[in-house]
Amino acid sequence: MDTLRFLLRKLVEDRVALLGAVIIVALVLVAVLAPWMATHPEDVSEFHPQIRLQGPSAENFFGTDRMGSDIYSRILYGARITITIAVIAIGASVLIGVPIGLVAGWYHGWFSDALMRVSDVFLSVPQIVLAIAIAQTLGPSIENVILALSATYWPFWARLVYAETRSLKNEVFIEACIALGASPLRVMTLHVLPNIASSLIVRTTIGMGGTILTAAALGFLGLGPPAPSPEWGRMISESREFLPEAWWYATAPGLAIFLVVMGFNLFGDGLRDILDPRIRRSRRHDD
Amino acid sequence: MKLLVLVLNRTFWFFPTLLGLLVITFTISHVIPADPVAFVAGDNATTEQVEALRKQLGLDQPMHVQLYRYVLGVAQGDLGVSLYTLRPIAEDIASRLPATLELTLFAVLLSTLTGIPLGVLSAVHRNSVLDHVLRVFTVSGLAIASFWLAILLQLLFAMRLGWTPLQGRIDGFGPDTVTGFMIVDSLIAWDLESLGDALAHIVLPALTLTFPAMATIVRFTRAGVLDAINSNYVLYEQAMGFPRRAIVWKYVLRNALIGTVTQIGLIFGILIAGAVVVEAVFDWPGLGLYAVQSILQSDYNAIMGFTLASGALFIVINLLVDIIHGFIDPRESR
Repeated sequence: MDTLRFLLRKLVEDRVALLGAVIIVALVLVAVLAPWMATHPEDVSEFHPQIRLQGPSAENFFGTDRMGSDIYSRILYGARITITIAVIAIGASVLIGVPIGLVAGWYHGWFSDALMRVSDVFLSVPQIVLAIAIAQTLGPSIENVILALSATYWPFWARLVYAETRSLKNEVFIEACIALGASPLRVMTLHVLPNIASSLIVRTTIGMGGTILTAAALGFLGLGPPAPSPEWGRMISESREFLPEAWWYATAPGLAIFLVVMGFNLFGDGLRDILDPRIRRSRRHDD
Repeated sequence: MKLLVLVLNRTFWFFPTLLGLLVITFTISHVIPADPVAFVAGDNATTEQVEALRKQLGLDQPMHVQLYRYVLGVAQGDLGVSLYTLRPIAEDIASRLPATLELTLFAVLLSTLTGIPLGVLSAVHRNSVLDHVLRVFTVSGLAIASFWLAILLQLLFAMRLGWTPLQGRIDGFGPDTVTGFMIVDSLIAWDLESLGDALAHIVLPALTLTFPAMATIVRFTRAGVLDAINSNYVLYEQAMGFPRRAIVWKYVLRNALIGTVTQIGLIFGILIAGAVVVEAVFDWPGLGLYAVQSILQSDYNAIMGFTLASGALFIVINLLVDIIHGFIDPRESR
């Protein structure tokens, strides 16, 4: 409880991190309240060809797209897709990657090597390539995008945790734990994990942003949820043939992606500064 | 000595890793529900013609036989033929590899040369104006969708201002191919016109790739330097009267770069991944464009070839990263 209060207090002090938190909260609110916030909620699936490609106005805040649908309303609904994909895919990746990294980093031997080689195999292809291959095979849908991202992103956590665990094993305090008779499980969960938490947070935040970006790229390539889904990447891809005239068409969804990813990055950055005890100590010297 | 063992160990794992990758891609590509043979044969093909083609491509064999044949072929440098053009995939990839390598290496160089010094400065002058500006910059770099940035750059510099070409790699035929690197080839031929043209073409796609890569490098260098700068040995060195500059750029940086070097390896992957989308936007005739085209054509032989080639490339890079890691972190090789 005290930790939580400490965290909240620090968060309020760090304006940049607070801004990130505000963006994330706003994203969640937008996703939940989309039906009420949208000016044209029916435009997710309805077309009005007579008003296609109109610039931003009081009626259509971000203009209209090639079908005459309100871009502002579609972006609000797109937030739902983005959140769903990112949270589930990252959750699955962390749950798979962290235990594998811990075990492989702690034990020496063929089993550790094998685990890391398997993760190397997955890392040996650009994530988006494997994701494209999987999404293409399974067919374009939200579920398949999530599956493709989880299957391709877990090795990032495994590699990071592996490297950090390996270097922590040489630390005196870990040796002391072992000498005191602590079980490997205890050392790993109570001593190794907390010490790599800050790296994990940085990685997970970048990962959160990165996953949203990859999901958008899949949408951009036509492998995301099928039309007329208001997926942000798909919207940008649709806008390309109307450039440079309909500049608002590509700008709005791109800005939405940018803002959301930035929110996660700022928040993670702030959390790192707050949570990392070494930085906390040096901050006291600074300020 | 320990380093040699490390290198040998990693080299030993090269082929199993490739084999693993091959199995994964083979599995993925053979679950494709659509029948590629019927697709290749066209709408007017008779059932007999489709079956004949299936036999010709060896797709009538059981799965394990196909995999065995494929592995055997790959071992001899044969990646099979494209289902779409019936051209040898190894040749297609070899002819497109230099374009992607030129683009990604250009971006890696650009981002490393700028990213590491900026990261150190940002950490040393923590909470200064520079640090805050760089923070905004790195956060933006990691937050921007590369295809969106590519489109924005195109919109501004190519469509509106007309400073750079819209897409492609060079106008006309370019210099004679020696290395396949347009910039190097035009230098060899001392063809300054082509050189300028090649640079004008590469600048937008390279910038698109550099922005996020550089942001990652700055971020990790800064974090690494901050971690290292609070260690006891730095305190000791300060107490011994070492100049601050020497401590930071000689001792702290060496420790801080351990994290960064690992990241540069991963960044290469990010760049190849970014190249898939960026090459599609800029019509850059490299591996990424080849992959996107193959995927749209359900040409799974070509997809497998691309996956394997980029996999092999990435494994070699990771091997190099491990070796460099061993050099700069003696604890690894103790």
